Amino acid sequence: MNYIKLSWRNLWRNRRRTLITVASIFFGVVLSTLMSSMMNGTYQNMIDMMVKISTGYIQVQDPSFGESRSVNDVFYPQPELIESIDKTEEVTVVAKRLESFALFSSGADTRGGAVIGIEPQYDTLTSNLRNWVSEGSFLESGGKGVLVTSNIARSLNLGVNDTIIVISQGYRGVTSAGLFPVTGIIEFSTPQMNNLGVFMDVGAAQELFHADSMVTSLMIMVSDYTHVNRISRKIKDLAPGLSVKDWTELNPDLVNFIEGDRSSGNLMIGILYMVIGFGILGTIIMMVAERKKELAVMTAVGMRKYKLSLMFFIETLLIGLIGVISGFAASIPLIGYFVNNPIRLPGDMAEAYLQYGFDPYMFFSAAPSVFINQAIIIFVIAMAISLYPVLKVKKCL
Amino acid sequence: MQVLELKNLVKIYNDSEVKVKAVDNVNLTFEQGEFTAIVGPSGSGKTTLLNLIGGLDASTEGEIIINGTNIGKLKPWELINFRLFNIGFVFQAYNLIPVMTARENVEFIMQLQGVEKKKREKRSMEILSAVGLAERANSRPAKLSGGQQQRVAVARALSTKPKFILADEPTANLDSKSAESLLEIMEKLNKDENITFIFSTHDARVVAKARRVITVEDGHVVSDIKVETDIKS
Ligand SMILES: Nc1ncnc2c1ncn2[C@@H]1O[C@H](COP(=O)(O)OP(=O)(O)OP(=O)(O)O)[C@@H](O)[C@H]1O
Ligand SMILES: [Mg+2]
Repeated sequence: MNYIKLSWRNLWRNRRRTLITVASIFFGVVLSTLMSSMMNGTYQNMIDMMVKISTGYIQVQDPSFGESRSVNDVFYPQPELIESIDKTEEVTVVAKRLESFALFSSGADTRGGAVIGIEPQYDTLTSNLRNWVSEGSFLESGGKGVLVTSNIARSLNLGVNDTIIVISQGYRGVTSAGLFPVTGIIEFSTPQMNNLGVFMDVGAAQELFHADSMVTSLMIMVSDYTHVNRISRKIKDLAPGLSVKDWTELNPDLVNFIEGDRSSGNLMIGILYMVIGFGILGTIIMMVAERKKELAVMTAVGMRKYKLSLMFFIETLLIGLIGVISGFAASIPLIGYFVNNPIRLPGDMAEAYLQYGFDPYMFFSAAPSVFINQAIIIFVIAMAISLYPVLKVKKCL
Repeated sequence: MQVLELKNLVKIYNDSEVKVKAVDNVNLTFEQGEFTAIVGPSGSGKTTLLNLIGGLDASTEGEIIINGTNIGKLKPWELINFRLFNIGFVFQAYNLIPVMTARENVEFIMQLQGVEKKKREKRSMEILSAVGLAERANSRPAKLSGGQQQRVAVARALSTKPKFILADEPTANLDSKSAESLLEIMEKLNKDENITFIFSTHDARVVAKARRVITVEDGHVVSDIKVETDIKS
C-alpha cells in the first residue's frame, strides 16, 4: 500500500473532523481569493484609469517640469527621439502632450482648470477619451475644437458648438488667450475628474501657449505594465538630458494609497490564515495523539520514523489540497461572475473612493496570481504544521 | 544454530521514586527452531525482557547478540532496520493497523522490506491460509474477532521469515478456544517454517505446549527447563 493511499485512509478514520478541517480551509480559501481578487482588480482599475487618462505608464519630461508643472519647462521632442522610443520593445505608442493651467470663460462665468493638448490620432491607444464623450463628437487631428469635462461645461453653461474662452500664461510669460469651439462634452465616471478642464489637439495647445513644436511630456504606453522598469531604463538611455518617469513616480499618491490598502487587506488575509492554520494544527495534534499505540507498533515492526513523518506530511497536505481545490471550485465561478459584474460600493465608502477620484466600484481580477498565492500559502502552512508530527514522532517513539 | 544470546542483562527503571530492577543479570541462549515460553508472576519482568530482546527498550547493562550482532551498538535507525529484517513481533493487543485490511497488514512488513508486489501477494495469501483466514483477507481489523486479529498478527510476523518471533502474552485477550487454535497455528508454523518463537504467558495450557519453559521471578531466571518429549508421531 503506498503512502498516499495509507494517508488517505487515515484521513477518513474521523470523517467528521476531517470534513470540518477541510471546510475551514474551504472558507478561508474562498474568502481570501475573493478578497485578493477584489484588491487586485480594484487597484488595477485605479491604475488603468490614472495611467490612461492622466499620465501614461512612462513619461519623458524636461527635468524641471516635475517640480514646476510650468509651461515654461517644455522641451522640443526630436523626431528621431520619438521614433527610437516608438521602436523600443513593448512600447505600444508615444504621444505628445502639452498641458498647463488656464481660466475658462463663456461670457459671465469663469472657472479654472487644465488645458491638455493631446494627439487625437493616438487616443484609442492611450486615454480612450472618445469612450467618455457624452455629447457631441471627439477631437479631430489638427482641428481647433475642444472637449470640455462635464462639470466645467455645466457651470459655464456650455453646450456643443458653443465657444469657450481660454486665458492663460504662455511660454516665457507671454499672455495667451483663444476662442475654441466646443466639439464635445466629456463625462467621466468619477465626478472629481469632471472638474478637470479641456482637451484639445496638441497643435492647438502649442498655438495657444505660444510654444511652437514644444511639449511638456511624451506619454508612453506599454504592452505589459509589469515590465515598466525595464522599458523605462531603456528609454533613459535614449533620452539623455531629459527626465524619464514611470507611473509610480508620476502617481505617488495612488501608489501610497494602494500600498496602504493592500497591506491592511493582506493583514486580514494573514489573520484568516492564522486561524485556519491553528485549526489544522489542532486536527493534526489529535491525529498524532490518538494513534500513539499504532505508531509504536509500526516502529516496532520496522517502519523508519521518516516514513511515519512522511505519512503525516501527506495527510496534512491532503487536507490542505482538498480544501484548496474545493475552495477554488467555489471561488473561480464567483470571481468569474464578479469580474464581469463589479460591485457598487455603499454610501460612505463610495464617497471616499470618489474623493480620491476612483470609480466607486469593487472590481475583481481573475489573474492567476490570485489563486497561485493562496495555494502557496496553504502549502507553506501544511509544511509548517507537518513539522509537529515530525518532531513528535522523533521524540516519542 | 544459536540465534540469540543474552549476556548479563540488567534493566533498571529509574524514573519513579523507587528504583525497579525489572531484569536482573539474565544470561540465556536460544537456538534456531525453539518454541519457548517465558512464565512468571505479574511484575516479574517478562514484558521488560521481551522488549529488551526486541530492541524496543535499551538495557541498563549487558549485551544482546542476535545472529552475531550486538544490538546495543546500533544507531536508532539501524535498530529499526535490524528489527525489520530479523525480528517478528506479536503484541498482546493493538497489533494491527486499523486502516489496512488483514492482507495489507500481512504485506506491510514485506513492503517495508521492499519485497516486490507479486511475491508479497503470493506470500500473504499463503500465510493467511496457513492461519485459516484466507476468506477474511480483505476485512479490516475492526471486522475481525480478537482471535482472528491475533492470527493476522502472527501471520504478519511470520511473513518475512524472521530469525525469531517475540510474542508478549499473545493469548491474553482470547478465550480458551481461540487461544488454543492460535497456539496450534504457532506450533505448526514453528515446525513447518522452522521459525523460533519466544513468548510470554500466564496460561497453563499455553505453557503445556512449549518445548522450553523459562521461569522468571523479580527479574531473575529461576528455572530453565527443556521439555524433551517432542512427540513426533
Ligand atoms: N516503564 C516503566 N517504568 C517503571 N517501571 C516499570 C516500567 N515498566 C515496567 N516496570 C516495572 O518493572 C517490573 C517488571 O514489569 P513487567 O511489565 O516486565 O512485568 P511482567 O512480568 O510483564 O508483568 P505482567 O505479567 O503483569 O505483564 C514491574 O515491577 C514494573 O512495575
Ligand atoms: Mg507483561
